[in-house]
Amino acid sequence: MSWIDIGALDDIPERGARMVRTRAGCVALFRTGATEVFATSNTCAHKGGPLAEGIVHGRKVTCPLHNWVYSLETGEAQGADEGRIATYPVRIEDGRILIDGDAIGKRSAA
Amino acid sequence: MEKLVVIGAGMASGRLLEHLINAAPDRFEVTLFNAEPRGNYNRIMLSPVLSGEKSYAEIVTHDDDWYQAHGVTCRFGERVAHIDRDRKVVVGARGEVPYDKLVIATGSDPFIVPCPGHDLDGVIAYRDLDDTNRMIDQAPGSRAVVIGGGLLGLEAAAGLRLRGMEVTVLHLAGHLMERQLDPAAGYLLRADLERRGITVMTQASTKCIRGDGSVEAVELEDGTLLPADLVVMAVGIRPAVALAKDAGLSVGRAIEVDAQMQTSDPHVFAVGECVEFAGQLFGLVAPLYDQAKVLAATLLGEDAAFAPKQLSTKLKVTGCDLFSAGDFTDAPGREDIVYRDPARGIYKRLVVEDDRLVGAVMYGDTADGNWFFGLIKDGTDVSDMRETLIFGPAYQGGAAADPMAAVAALPADAEICGCNGVCKGRIVEAIEGGATDLGAVRATTKASASCGTCTGLVEQVLAATLGDAFAVPAAQPVCGCTDLSHEDVRRLIKSQELKSQPAVWQELGWRTPNGCHVCRPALNFYLLADWPLEYRDDPQSRFVNERKHANIQKDGTFSVVPRMWGGVTTAAELRAIADAAEKYDVPTVKVTGGQRIDLLGVKGEDLPHIWADLNAAGLVSGHAYSKGLRTVKTCVGTDHCRFGTQDSTGLGIRLEKRLWGSWTPHKVKLAVSGCPRNCAEATCKDVGIVCVDSGFEIGVGGAAGMDVKEVERLAKVATEDEAVEWTVAFVQLYREHARYLDRPYKWLGKVGLDWVKDTLSDAAARTALVARFDLSQTVYQSDPWAELSTRDRARGFAPLADLTLEAAE
Ligand code: SRM
Ligand SMILES: Cc1cc2nc3c(=O)[nH]c(=O)nc-3n(C[C@H](O)[C@H](O)[C@H](O)COP(=O)(O)OP(=O)(O)OC[C@H]3O[C@@H](n4cnc5c(N)ncnc54)[C@H](O)[C@@H]3O)c2cc1C
Ligand code: SF4
Ligand code: FES
Repeated sequence: MSWIDIGALDDIPERGARMVRTRAGCVALFRTGATEVFATSNTCAHKGGPLAEGIVHGRKVTCPLHNWVYSLETGEAQGADEGRIATYPVRIEDGRILIDGDAIGKRSAA
Repeated sequence: MEKLVVIGAGMASGRLLEHLINAAPDRFEVTLFNAEPRGNYNRIMLSPVLSGEKSYAEIVTHDDDWYQAHGVTCRFGERVAHIDRDRKVVVGARGEVPYDKLVIATGSDPFIVPCPGHDLDGVIAYRDLDDTNRMIDQAPGSRAVVIGGGLLGLEAAAGLRLRGMEVTVLHLAGHLMERQLDPAAGYLLRADLERRGITVMTQASTKCIRGDGSVEAVELEDGTLLPADLVVMAVGIRPAVALAKDAGLSVGRAIEVDAQMQTSDPHVFAVGECVEFAGQLFGLVAPLYDQAKVLAATLLGEDAAFAPKQLSTKLKVTGCDLFSAGDFTDAPGREDIVYRDPARGIYKRLVVEDDRLVGAVMYGDTADGNWFFGLIKDGTDVSDMRETLIFGPAYQGGAAADPMAAVAALPADAEICGCNGVCKGRIVEAIEGGATDLGAVRATTKASASCGTCTGLVEQVLAATLGDAFAVPAAQPVCGCTDLSHEDVRRLIKSQELKSQPAVWQELGWRTPNGCHVCRPALNFYLLADWPLEYRDDPQSRFVNERKHANIQKDGTFSVVPRMWGGVTTAAELRAIADAAEKYDVPTVKVTGGQRIDLLGVKGEDLPHIWADLNAAGLVSGHAYSKGLRTVKTCVGTDHCRFGTQDSTGLGIRLEKRLWGSWTPHKVKLAVSGCPRNCAEATCKDVGIVCVDSGFEIGVGGAAGMDVKEVERLAKVATEDEAVEWTVAFVQLYREHARYLDRPYKWLGKVGLDWVKDTLSDAAARTALVARFDLSQTVYQSDPWAELSTRDRARGFAPLADLTLEAAE
């Protein structure tokens, strides 16, 4: 893995999200707790809604366009909706957020 | 005998010496330096000393007799200035001491926020006995400000309070002890501390400490000034590594050691808070004791290796029962189990991953803490007890949580019916006196006999009092997080004075850690409407449009609609809009149905910039995205029209200027027409005013969306002032009573226009409603565009990072 520093933990409010542009498309970063961050594709599997604009609750996010709910852990759509978004490894170190560059790179190569 | 020199007589070295002397009393000739003018004592028990529950003598771990009996040469009150590794000597203030083996155990230094005034007399840390005595010596009744709401800060605050001081705790994060606790537990802790008379301010950032020579006040970033005689800084610690660094030892964030506690010099060892092992630092005694044991073995030539373990935290404030252990941090595949008992103020949350317990937070009842901690440390497979795990070891096979618990837990004086001021106790009395159904309770107590929104609660009181003899008609709960309906939640927020979301989650028994996309926006509205001054709006509980102050479009861009008061504009405003449209490549410019102009297709990151440009021309947000005041449509009225009876344009502008910025359960639209020809379409608005010769006809409850409704007459008044007063009072009544996402016509359908008319006919009630509305406006009537287009806030609209610019591998 190659960890890339993408910003400070405090740049994302608790229960909030921010977006990062990558070569593999936009990635959403969700801060679910004081020291917990998840990364997934920013693009809703339904009609492409921007997930970083959604409401974050527990370890889930609700798409702002038509309320699909995704597990941030698995990327699986919840409830009756069927679909999946990519998830990416992230870590927090010394208050910085690191994302796995290989995982993003791999996707772009595929 | 080998010469062993130890620098620092703290918790770690004290334990080390015990192990060494027990195992090999004559192996080393020990010299012990300590900067503090005393020997080893139990530092963690300083808090009970501060609070008066213990004396210093009781927490001394090694006294003069002990050092003498074991031949330890004490150099207390002497700071080591230098280590000369070539000559293998330690240089103290009173001379050199040679060593064969050296142990550095210098602990940590408290971190002092370097804000202006930090060096004034009366600003202290909380680390040693001198700090503690300084706090004890403060006169009762004097004012202390504690900066830092972590473990240390709260123990200091509780101790100072017990000594009779006025105490305020300032904490930067959103809730107390945020590293160890989640918001729910943080809320309960805060409530406990406030009950003791401690003032807690979260999200409070210190700007400077004021005073002439000694402390007089603490000033916050938001301008608040807190008078203070003593300021205690408890914001964190920094490993004390200067000595080691200066001696050329390998130092990262602290002194680097291997698993045998050896530094980069084979003759020099380190132990305690001053070490870094495998990238990790240590701030609690449990791992330091393990290190001391390992180091004793190493010094005696035995095999031992240090391995960090899971840690648990408790707060040593008598009566604040909290426990936190393990890990809540990132890693996919984790699941929460939450249990709340509002009646007893209990909250428990377990985090399970791969059938193992990895973290636990508890408040109120921590009896099972060690059992959970054991499961965490041992990595026990919990799949068999998954269902009942949260009830602890003694309660396997327990029942599900009682949906009625929140209402059953209410005290007798909790107000259930707001209209008629009826408390739970009065209802229970009536039920016990024979009123065993809703109708009878209404007849005897008047509870739920007016607007009726508390009906669900009255039924629950019936059920809780009568048991199985009463079946509660199923009310639609807000969402899957609770069994309570919107009406119940609104009522309980008021009667129980719940002023934060964690308070609601806890006291009303929410099943999820922090709600969902359905309940969070509703709670956020209820709280800000009921407690405009105390509650702080939570952008994270808002739908994107209200968080970004623009309407999201299907392609992820946004629309921007500036306010045009009463539909009136000027050439300068139109020019500014045209300039902005060109500058930001706006694909569509459209006149809306609300008498203003919509710029559609603006990129998210351009929003703060286009707003700044529009602001510069005096244009503010039109809130076309909000559950709040949208537009006030007007017609040209007496100014121009040959039929106009009153100044409909002027009244519309006046109303829009009064009402803009307010949040409401659903959107609110107004219109004012100058005569019954009704060119502003006032008869299908939430509030529509039709001017006539003799005054103003105020209609309410109109709509022209999915349902088309004509307004019904609320009142007819003679003057413009009265029209404004009635309108504001109506909007405030709607804000205080309606459920989230009910337009006024839906709300009126539930409570009845008659009840609203009766309420508003009382002049005193109208005045009070208007006053409450205006109070709320002091907080919320401010242009969000101006707030969000500052350089600092604008950053939040851009991507966090752009990795497409990174060089390809
Ligand atoms: C821009 C505008 C259409 C236009 O081009 O004229 C418009 C656009 C939208 N309307 Fe509207 N409504 C607009 C005037 C109206 C009107 C006419 C009026 O206000 O006189 C109505 C009927 C009157 C009424 O509200 O009763 C209207 C009834 C609705 C409804 C149905 C509400 C209802 O209670 O049934 C919705 C849906 C909702 O709010 O849940 C809606 C929702 C929407 C949303 C916000 C849909 C959405 O959630 O994304 C549209 C946003 C488009 C965008 O991205 O900007 N819009 N909408 C009008 C903006 C007015 C303004 O200046 O603020
Ligand atoms: C009020 C309070 C409450 C706490 N409560 C808890 C708790 O409930 N649970 C928990 O696990 N932990 C608690 N802690 C933390 C715990 O006390 C520390 O983790 C522990 O004391 C660290 O031990 P140490 O030996 O590394 O350092 P210390 O105990 O700080 O000892 C270091 C000693 O070295 C001396 N020294 C430093 N530099 C020099 C020098 N150059 N020359 C000579 N001497 C020097 C210092 O004067 C000091 O006496 C608490 C701390 C405080 C202050
Ligand atoms: S009528 Fe429908 S499509 Fe047209 S703006 Fe309103 S909500 Fe959108
Ligand atoms: S695009 Fe996300 S729910 Fe439709």
